[in-house]
Amino acid sequence: MMESIGVASVDELFQSIPEKFRLREPLQLPGPRSEMEIIDYFQARAAENSVGYTSFLGAGVYRHVRSVVADALLQRGEFLTSYTPYQAEISQGTLTAIFEFQTLMCQLTGQEVANASMYDGSTALTEAVLMPQPHVEEIGYTTSGQIDSAALAKANLASAAAVVVQSPNFFGVLEEIPALADAAHAAGALLVTTIAEAASLGIVRPPVEADIVAMEGQSFGIPPSYGGPYVGVVATREKFVRQMPGRLAGQTTDGSGRRGFVLTLATREQHIRREKATSNICTNEALYALAATIHLCLIGKEGLRELALQNVAKARFAASELEKISGVRRVFSGPVFNEFVLEFPRSVKLINAALLREKIIGPLPLGTQYPELTKRGLVCVTETISRAEIERLAAAIKKVLATPV
Amino acid sequence: MGSKLTIEEVAANIRKAGRHVNQSEGLIFEKSAPGKRGMELPPLDVPAVDAAEALGVNFTRDEIEGFPEVSEIEVIRHFTRISTWNYAIDLGMYPLGSCTMKYNPRVNEHVARLNGLATEHPAQPADVSQGCLRILYDLQQCLLSITGMDAATLQPVAGAQGELTGLLMIRAYLQSQGNPRKKVLIPDSAHGTNPASVVIAGYEVQNIKSNARGQIDTDHLREFTTDDVAALMVTNPSTLGVFEERIAEIAAILHERGALLYMDGANMNALAGVARPGDFGVDVMHLNLHKTFSTPHGGGGPGAGPVLVKKILEPFLPVPVVVKKGERYALENVRPKSVGRVRAYCGNFGVLLRALAYTLAYGPGIRQATEDAVLNANYIRKNLEESFDLPYDLPSMHEVVFSDARQKKNGVNTMDIAKRLIDYGFHPYTTAFPLIVPGAMMIEPTESESKEECDLFIDAMRSIALEAETTPETVKTAPHSTRVGRLDEVAAARKPILRWKP
Repeated sequence: MMESIGVASVDELFQSIPEKFRLREPLQLPGPRSEMEIIDYFQARAAENSVGYTSFLGAGVYRHVRSVVADALLQRGEFLTSYTPYQAEISQGTLTAIFEFQTLMCQLTGQEVANASMYDGSTALTEAVLMPQPHVEEIGYTTSGQIDSAALAKANLASAAAVVVQSPNFFGVLEEIPALADAAHAAGALLVTTIAEAASLGIVRPPVEADIVAMEGQSFGIPPSYGGPYVGVVATREKFVRQMPGRLAGQTTDGSGRRGFVLTLATREQHIRREKATSNICTNEALYALAATIHLCLIGKEGLRELALQNVAKARFAASELEKISGVRRVFSGPVFNEFVLEFPRSVKLINAALLREKIIGPLPLGTQYPELTKRGLVCVTETISRAEIERLAAAIKKVLATPV
Repeated sequence: MGSKLTIEEVAANIRKAGRHVNQSEGLIFEKSAPGKRGMELPPLDVPAVDAAEALGVNFTRDEIEGFPEVSEIEVIRHFTRISTWNYAIDLGMYPLGSCTMKYNPRVNEHVARLNGLATEHPAQPADVSQGCLRILYDLQQCLLSITGMDAATLQPVAGAQGELTGLLMIRAYLQSQGNPRKKVLIPDSAHGTNPASVVIAGYEVQNIKSNARGQIDTDHLREFTTDDVAALMVTNPSTLGVFEERIAEIAAILHERGALLYMDGANMNALAGVARPGDFGVDVMHLNLHKTFSTPHGGGGPGAGPVLVKKILEPFLPVPVVVKKGERYALENVRPKSVGRVRAYCGNFGVLLRALAYTLAYGPGIRQATEDAVLNANYIRKNLEESFDLPYDLPSMHEVVFSDARQKKNGVNTMDIAKRLIDYGFHPYTTAFPLIVPGAMMIEPTESESKEECDLFIDAMRSIALEAETTPETVKTAPHSTRVGRLDEVAAARKPILRWKP
């Protein structure tokens, strides 16, 4: 090949890099390692994590059932090793799946249009409310664990662009979306709702009154994977579609009238509009949108409802078991899906340290983010937690609290 | 019943007419029938609840209209069938310039799914996350070694988010010096994400023209680098696949005026193991792990866009930062000068992990990958120079940019040639980018391709060049071999149909 190019050595191909910047020595890097050695390295790392522990953490990342079917399909090279479907004729697999994803997200959220996916729920919300130098005013919560509607009424909503509310919220409590929408709309503001626990939509009423929904779809068959990759989505009303961030797949036909799908309305996007784009985002999370799509097709209409109901039942059972422990009580009275806040007679971090010795990862301590909620912890119980594990948690906490500090 | 159907009646009842069942697959919603499902849950082992009673009737929903009801094998067949409509690296060469479509090693997929890695919750205590934290730390060290930078954040989940993170850090740094400044300079050859990120970061875009050689004009740059300028964003090698020969002078011009040099690392596949941005004056850069570090594109994501910085920017890194104290790894959350979080938790851990697996496989041998990538690009360039116009003849690195100038005379443009490549079994190259080349044809073979595959590609391209002379209609109406022909994008945008409806 070098002969055909007309160079004597590969180094000649790098002559445009000034001499003084060309590396003389090999880089200081571990490796090279064979496949077996790479697997050994990662197995050793996996063993340093929480294998064998039972976890009661939620807070935006949830352990739910996953089917091996979805993962097997996801690993087909045709999906795994393809690029963004700009060349529609040889990308109909990805485009069809995205179109199905958009449809499923609309069905779940009660919105009219949904995009091809965003990085994750947290960035989807940022994109939904994106504006230069926003002024943010926080509204407090009440004893129900819901937004303080009296405080919201007193806030200067007339100058607000949007009211942003999460439901189920960080405390696991469902918000009264219709009333919040009325309050926002009466003042001319938009209601933006965000959903961190998408599995709730199997049973919880969707935020149909919201103007924009930003959602995390990790609950749909995507593993926690220490924080990502996940899949975000923005769904909204048809009238806002041209302001929407992210890619969109749309239906059309070819010259012979056959149905096909293309990326559409790209004039909103950075590769066309550059500095005038509605967002700087280039990537979506197509592979995990596909994972969520396959998962939702597998679990189906009935299964999704059953799963959601199992979460409600498990959380309710866990709350009642834990509340039986002396000194432990529920903090908020509002309805919850699969997470709830408990008050303990001592520091949650201390309790957790003891639980960890029993191979239990305990409630998320809330004191760091909410100083007024020290000694409170957020407990998450999904369908993957068995009754025996709930009982073991209750027994372990009881034992910890019975031991003097 | 009993009477025989005529042949016409039989024909009228055949629904699956078509070349093959794969070709006539509909949408999953169209296969749905009440009561079917593809997955069972374990039975509930605690008392069941009534939704309306547990949550209140106002908080519960009715059944989801139109939601899929299909069996397991129907799901498998549906997604397997539609998968066959995709082109993929696993099928053949994918010479998309600027996208670095290299082989995605399967061992990386295996380790990302290990119990103890895929299963870990990002909020779990550090005591039971030492393995995850070490993976992040080890990757950070590798990336710092490859780039010659001082500190890193792995949190950004895409190149564009890396750009935004880098710009926010530049803003925070300049603010700490007393003035965040107003403008960011962008060469006209830049990726579209650069100017878009600049605006999101609250800066104005000042475009800088390339000179006749396709390089940054340093006189022009000197003139535009005023006290208002926060930074220049440069892609090096540029989107023409050419190294900015005067990069050190460019850095000096900026630094003299107190501005910083940002490098878009999209083309790092031309440099890894050969030269380090940290050595040639870059203050902040991002890497695209889904390009240089082989993590699968997956039809458009996920990716990861770690940001690497020089010491002066370290205090401004997003939180949390992965640190090593003695033999223990931890997440540092309290950093007063930090720009804050750019995403929840630690970013796309699953992608970061794959990038580390890739780096471990090569070790210092990553230089060889870079050399092979550059060799392949130059081999293709040499062998296509006679057939296609080369608008800038500077030495190519990992990619080469031709233009359709010669074929245009016969009414054949870059998009036509790209579509015709599909009929020859290749994915198209990148069309119409960079913007400074009219009718651009940007070809990046990567190191993954053998000489044999490169030769097949060269043959295909030469053959298309010939067709453009002799039978231009064949090229202009391509592709001819796909399930659907060219799709009506105008109709799709004019009356958008963005979801299935019953």
